[in-house]
Amino acid sequence: MTRIVVVTAGLSVPSSTRLLADLLGDAAGRAVEARGSEVDVETIELRPLAHALADRLLTGFPSAELAAVIEKVHRADGLVVVTPVFAASYSGLFKTFFDVLEEGTLDGKPVLLAATAGTARHSLVLDHALRPLFSYLHAVVVPTGVFAATDDFGGATASTGSGTATSVEGALQKRVERAAGELAALVAGSGTPAPAAPGRRMVGDELASPTPFDQLLKQASEGPPQY
Amino acid sequence: MQIGIFTVGDVTTDPTTGRTPTEHERIKATVAIAKKADEIGLDVFATGEHHNPPFIASAPTTTLAYIGAQTENIILSTATTLITTTDPVLIAENYAKLQHLTDGRVDLMTGRGNTGPVYPWFGKDIRQGINLAIENYALLHRLWREDVVDWEGRFRTPLHGFTSTPRPLDGVPPFVWHGSIRSPEIAEQAAYYGDGFFHNHIFWPPSHTEQMVRLYRERFEHYGHGPADTAIVGLGGQFFMRKNSQDAVKEFRPYFDNAPVYGHGPSLEEFTEGTPLTVGSPQQVLERTLSFRDYVGHYQRQLFLVDHAGLPLKTVLEQLDLLGEILPDLRRGFAEGRPDHIPDAPTHASLVAASGGAKDSTVYAEADAVTGRTDR
Repeated sequence: MTRIVVVTAGLSVPSSTRLLADLLGDAAGRAVEARGSEVDVETIELRPLAHALADRLLTGFPSAELAAVIEKVHRADGLVVVTPVFAASYSGLFKTFFDVLEEGTLDGKPVLLAATAGTARHSLVLDHALRPLFSYLHAVVVPTGVFAATDDFGGATASTGSGTATSVEGALQKRVERAAGELAALVAGSGTPAPAAPGRRMVGDELASPTPFDQLLKQASEGPPQY
Repeated sequence: MQIGIFTVGDVTTDPTTGRTPTEHERIKATVAIAKKADEIGLDVFATGEHHNPPFIASAPTTTLAYIGAQTENIILSTATTLITTTDPVLIAENYAKLQHLTDGRVDLMTGRGNTGPVYPWFGKDIRQGINLAIENYALLHRLWREDVVDWEGRFRTPLHGFTSTPRPLDGVPPFVWHGSIRSPEIAEQAAYYGDGFFHNHIFWPPSHTEQMVRLYRERFEHYGHGPADTAIVGLGGQFFMRKNSQDAVKEFRPYFDNAPVYGHGPSLEEFTEGTPLTVGSPQQVLERTLSFRDYVGHYQRQLFLVDHAGLPLKTVLEQLDLLGEILPDLRRGFAEGRPDHIPDAPTHASLVAASGGAKDSTVYAEADAVTGRTDR
């Protein structure tokens, strides 16, 4: 079973961010299935977690509900993350969720980036804000990001380079399908036995299989092992 | 079972009056609280260590020695001693001295400290926290057990022919607990040495404490110190009680809402549900405290945080009176169902007995050989 988790940070109901998240979640599900794998797509709204996220910043530990969501994200085979654009970047709520993840949570995880905004002038937010964030988190980011502005949902038409008119909505769906296909390909490949680089050890890893003390002592005096 | 209190020595404004105690008042209050703890029959008083405002918890051995001179029975401990930024040579000297002055009423708990800016003040780097804790303790452990130490490491200038003085009282070093909230490496360290493991417990959900203690117990057995259920475990806890539980909630809420660490975050109700904090009647505190065993097993030391968040001294002393009232029931409860093979926390007396009796550990050096080994 391939688990795809969609994290969406829209605030209103209905929200265009959720709309895009659903398009991507559905497309990712189909793309994974097309490769012959069973799929489970789960969508997580950050809005109901807003208080829990603020509490986590202050207390240092997550509420049971937030901990369960973080665990789902950690265990996912692939992620779709969608934020509205606020003040030319991801929203604070969206960033806070990724701020509170323990280091290593997203190591090597395929992630599809997406954003919504009122105007297409924000479209580079994917490459200027989201991509560096997920590179820092050691995620493997899908080449195609999906940005949708109000026009993309409006059913208006736009001129293409070849001079023929196409539906903007149709163009968005094409981007969605392409990105979902790329995510499915990465997810299919991420289960290979030898990942390119070892992930960082997390608290859960230490609890499950502690580093023996003689090695801790060695690391203390010699520094960490070289990767 | 040892029951006691621990303090971090915060100088915090009382949110109900707007008044902030002076450092002098807070330091004297700490002494009054420790003396009260001794008076009501608690087993342990432990102080934290901080080197920045708003805390008065620097120079812990000065505080503990002063308290030791004015108390009879209570064990003086720390919560925690900064093993990362304090020179292990100074820890070895200071706590051995304290051990002599108080006739062995001393143990200590090592911790890393999580205040980033403090590390560079002592020439250290917080990113090396675990490594510092591992290497510094390895040195401390030797300084208390070997009369003359040759040592070279990564974080401290080398030692050649060094003798830490005074030598531990009766040839027996103070018992050491290793405290950590969320670093499995420290549980591993405690287990390796067969030392105690203390979980702060008050800031995190019980499920997390349970995992850390389980790891420590398993590894304690792995390293051959005895069955997992005989490992030496300590827990923190915090309460606020009044005869009537509604009064406790009403009185404590402004302190909770404005407290350092978790203030302005979750509600009192959420926090009492999610962590071991108990605000209510003495009976509720008794029952909640006795339930900690359900997830860590039978353990050896329970310390409560009672004097923080701006609570006035008068209130803190009232809390201790109330704790004194339920103390016999707490002890009875902890003893109930406790198998005979579960050890008590080591004390100086028990460690001396285990080592085959007290011995003079003085290193008698000639005047011209004060640095220990000579090259003559």
